[in-house]
Amino acid sequence: MDNKKRKKEFRKILITGNEAIAEGALSAGCNFYAGYPITPQNELIAYMAKYMPDSGRVFIQAESELAAINMVFGASAAGARAMTSSSSPGISLKQEGISYIAGAQLPAVIVNIMRGGPGLGNIAPAQSDYFQATRGGGHGDYHTIVLAPACVQEAYDLAQASFELADKYRIPVMILGDGILGQMMEPIIACRKSPVANRNDKRLTISDKQKPWALSGCKGRKPNIIKSFALAEGALEQLNLKLQQKYKVIKNKEIRFEGLFLDDAKIVLVAYGTMARIAKSALSRLRLAGRKIGLIRPISLWPFPQKVFCPRNKKIKYLVIEMSYGQMLEDVQLAVNGKAQVEFLGRSGGGIPSEEEIIGKVRGIL
Amino acid sequence: MERIFCRPESLYDVPTHYCPGCGHGIAHRLVAEIIDQLGIREKTIGIAPVGCAVVAYDYWKFDCSEAAHGRALAVATAIKRVRPQNIVFTYQGDGDLAAIGTNETIHAANRGENLTVIFINNAVYGMTGGQMAPTTLLGQKTSTTLDGRDRQKHGYPLKISEILALLPGVHYIERVSLHSPQEVLKAKAAIRQAFENQINNAGFSLVEILSPCPTCWGLNPRESLDWIRDYMQKEFPLGRIK
Repeated sequence: MDNKKRKKEFRKILITGNEAIAEGALSAGCNFYAGYPITPQNELIAYMAKYMPDSGRVFIQAESELAAINMVFGASAAGARAMTSSSSPGISLKQEGISYIAGAQLPAVIVNIMRGGPGLGNIAPAQSDYFQATRGGGHGDYHTIVLAPACVQEAYDLAQASFELADKYRIPVMILGDGILGQMMEPIIACRKSPVANRNDKRLTISDKQKPWALSGCKGRKPNIIKSFALAEGALEQLNLKLQQKYKVIKNKEIRFEGLFLDDAKIVLVAYGTMARIAKSALSRLRLAGRKIGLIRPISLWPFPQKVFCPRNKKIKYLVIEMSYGQMLEDVQLAVNGKAQVEFLGRSGGGIPSEEEIIGKVRGIL
Repeated sequence: MERIFCRPESLYDVPTHYCPGCGHGIAHRLVAEIIDQLGIREKTIGIAPVGCAVVAYDYWKFDCSEAAHGRALAVATAIKRVRPQNIVFTYQGDGDLAAIGTNETIHAANRGENLTVIFINNAVYGMTGGQMAPTTLLGQKTSTTLDGRDRQKHGYPLKISEILALLPGVHYIERVSLHSPQEVLKAKAAIRQAFENQINNAGFSLVEILSPCPTCWGLNPRESLDWIRDYMQKEFPLGRIK
């Protein structure tokens, strides 16, 4: 693509992670957003309030997180590309709704810009909602796809991808970031047209052909019903088996990760999101010092990139680094199944493992 | 021969799961008749609650969605905003609308969402076996108020319709009853009004229907109707509230 054409289609903007997710959603044709204020994701709701109505899309500041997620349920049932965002305590409130969305097989995008917990915790960045995000979170046997961006550009890109995945599998997709990513500004390359797509933009029309299951009025067809309720004998088991079938396909097809120096690494750092960037800085310093260190950065936390771990290679040790006291750690332990050494470095509640702490820990293992 | 009475097109010909003497069957039918009369079946989207009417979509022949307990008006708000050309209504019980969902109810009303709400008040939690509802009368015995509702322990029956009438976003509220054929006809007229309001973009409309629950009241169907007439409507006076 020549420069002129590129300039016409793309633009470089300086933007926070929160805004980048909003911008990504706008360019993906998100036509419904409902949210409730909570730090550290407030830039996201503000960005949506500014740009959604301009292009004829629906923005609602809901009366609670419960209302917001159930509005997303309704909008999605009506065929819209719907999103909500919050931070940890607010995401706990949304769990019932997410379970309903999963059960009713509706597409939806939910953003969690994590802060410290438990309880009201604080507003410092954290990664302590990993269990909640990757194990379903609400009641019932279900999963959401969970994507964890590590930089602002990736936050933008994954926001777009989330809507595609949500529609493709009729599944809730969670974007799991932390307060640093949400608040940090970085330059990104974004589609030029996105935020002010005009009202007749085809990306915003709801096509009955694309979503024949959506509620639109039963003209010319049998009535559609959106529900997760299955009272008849055996009906819920059938629904659950259908969900499990879907999860199996997703586990096979939708793994995302970044791997660095995995061909010769003796110690592999495992970290996601902002933590992976700090781990990368430590990795460069260790590499410059001649240490054979590698990195696995899971981007899809569910499905977890299990296959990239090589438990058969006894020479490789893994060091999991998290802004939590060991949540992703359990997925890594499952991946190596007790056959490789797994070490852990983690802090939470506002504490962030530093480059120096990582290097110190690696030296201890070496 | 002219056929003057038949099943509404909006109502499936299926056996009912409701108890003998329950008001839901009448209320379902009234909604279906009005939707037929207004010719809006093919663009109506109904929201079923959690409660005895959780499977209302098994009776209604138009698009429907479920909603989590209390969240029907959040779901309806979004559907109507996304598809303003459709007719969207919720059908909710007293526990759903006036206890667990009070927040959604008040805020949807306060935003003046152009929705129709059918609010079934039977003064009890029916599906779970007859516990105290926000609308349970003082002195009324339920499985969680064994000696009757006591104002000091349980507070007063909640008059959510009167509370909602204070909100400027609300266009129309009427309380009706199913305890006699005359009252059923008035209920039907109110439901019609509430749907017409939405068609005319007039804003938030709610019809509260006092409805019998013989099973949880421990009365036979006939006694239940008399109980509405003699007790319930004294606490919840019938007529136009706004």
